[in-house]
Amino acid sequence: MSDVLHAPTLDIEKIRADFPILGQLVHNKKLVFLDSAASAQKPRVVIDAMVNAMETQYANVHRGLHWMSERTSDAYEGARDKVAALLNARDRSEIIFTRNATESLNLVAHSFGRTHIKPGQAVLISQMEHHANIVPWHMLRDAHGITLRIARITDAGEIDMDDVEAKLADGNVALLSITHMSNVLGTYTPAARLAALAHRYGAKILLDGSQAVVHRAVDVQALDADFYVFSGHKLYGPSGIGVLWARREILDSMPPFMGGGDMIDRVSYERSTWAKPPFRFEAGTPAILEAIGLGAAIDYVSAIGFDAIAAHERDLTEHGIAVLSAIEGLHILGAAQDRGGVISFTLDGVHAHDVATLLDKQGIAVRAGHHCAEPLMGRLGVDSTARASFALYTTRGEIDALAAGLRRVKQVFG
Amino acid sequence: MSDNIADLYQSLIMERTKAPHHAGRLSAFDGDAEGDNPMCGDRTHLWIRRAGGKLAAIAHETRGCAITTAASDLMGDAVLGKTEAEIYALADAFESLISTGTAPATPDLADLRALGGVHEYRSRHRCATLPWQALRAALKDQSHG
Ligand SMILES: Cc1ncc(COP(=O)(O)O)c(C=O)c1O
Repeated sequence: MSDVLHAPTLDIEKIRADFPILGQLVHNKKLVFLDSAASAQKPRVVIDAMVNAMETQYANVHRGLHWMSERTSDAYEGARDKVAALLNARDRSEIIFTRNATESLNLVAHSFGRTHIKPGQAVLISQMEHHANIVPWHMLRDAHGITLRIARITDAGEIDMDDVEAKLADGNVALLSITHMSNVLGTYTPAARLAALAHRYGAKILLDGSQAVVHRAVDVQALDADFYVFSGHKLYGPSGIGVLWARREILDSMPPFMGGGDMIDRVSYERSTWAKPPFRFEAGTPAILEAIGLGAAIDYVSAIGFDAIAAHERDLTEHGIAVLSAIEGLHILGAAQDRGGVISFTLDGVHAHDVATLLDKQGIAVRAGHHCAEPLMGRLGVDSTARASFALYTTRGEIDALAAGLRRVKQVFG
Repeated sequence: MSDNIADLYQSLIMERTKAPHHAGRLSAFDGDAEGDNPMCGDRTHLWIRRAGGKLAAIAHETRGCAITTAASDLMGDAVLGKTEAEIYALADAFESLISTGTAPATPDLADLRALGGVHEYRSRHRCATLPWQALRAALKDQSHG
């Protein structure tokens, strides 16, 4: 009972007022935005931080000897500190800025993959990965001769831990690269257990935190992870900025991904030597304004607190599952014990695209399709699904609007 | 845009989605092709047979949304008995209806005009034109000589 009394709560009206876009009309109806898992909306503080930087203190970073460049470098490096704190990284030099989670994964595949994974060794992924955690490994396989193993999921949409262990058991897996939360099924994977298992068999572990980092506090040290990747735009920050975290000793042993300015120590016409991490992996002018925006987004969610965010989203998810499963002919995919605010579903006799179009006409934005997880669609035996996803600004009322909207869809197709 | 949420889904579209007239396969055919939209998983397989310079039979197996299914089926009505030149003219006119919202007065698009509303939904254009792409491929298919 004291749990209930002390459960952290959000002032949802105040939060919604922080997001200018939520007042928009779509097809003359109030926007009900249930597609935050694809990309989240931005609070005023993020917008202001980027505009303010452009208006008052902008120059290139790490290059100028002048006041503006020093201020901008401070703001950019300040964002790195914020990311380090968000993930509880041991050191700020473990945070690499990229364009997005996809680039972070490609960086690891290219740099770590070609130097630390020998031809014939394997990368293990799961059946519920986003294409961003499949295709780079296909490319590495074709270029470098690694093999790819796929760990099964159960019908409930959870990682089959026995299968993970079976596929690690011969000790030939160099890297377990796996989602921390599925963008289709909402499943949280048992990251700490997976890390322990990977390490027992001599593999490193990469967690794709694109979805997970948005909804709960992440502590890469407590998880005992080796790599962690995410995108800023799903965490209420701008697009164009992503993060790779890796243990410093691993980064020290990795060659650059791209060459150019900012990533070097010395350059002559004959050769160049590389800077230390993180700069070794940040060739060229980085996404300065976007990093500053991401820093503001991290400040924003940290001030609200992940306890409150997680509690709010747990409530929304439970409510969503209850009201959606009450709709006859609607099937929710996955039934994981531990899940975040993503619900994928099918509706008997109505294709997901028709569901999405008819909801859109009612001002309700959901995603429909294969969600960049085509192999998972095959595993689940569907061509496509509709997906509603929740954020800290989502309300129970919006989920009720979704349920009412789906009933109208059924009438049209009745 | 009207406030009726279902204005895209004309009754003819709903009828053909639920009970297509041309669904199935042809046992004897001289061309077939598949069209698929990797963005959404919509897929249609077409079989055609010609006789005397005209399209004598057509059948489709379509797995997809209401728009793709109805577009495949209404295409069947529209192209039966037509010459290849007439079919290409219809395809051009229909694709213009979807991409620009208007089509020339000839050739007569007839029932295909029920799909005209798709023009307003840019993300759905491929759903309507997919069967016509497959038909163009089936007409060029030489493998069944
Ligand atoms: C689980 C997961 N991994 C990776 C990505 C790729 O993110 P981005 O497109 O921002 O690189 C996404 C986003 O769709 C995702 O949900």
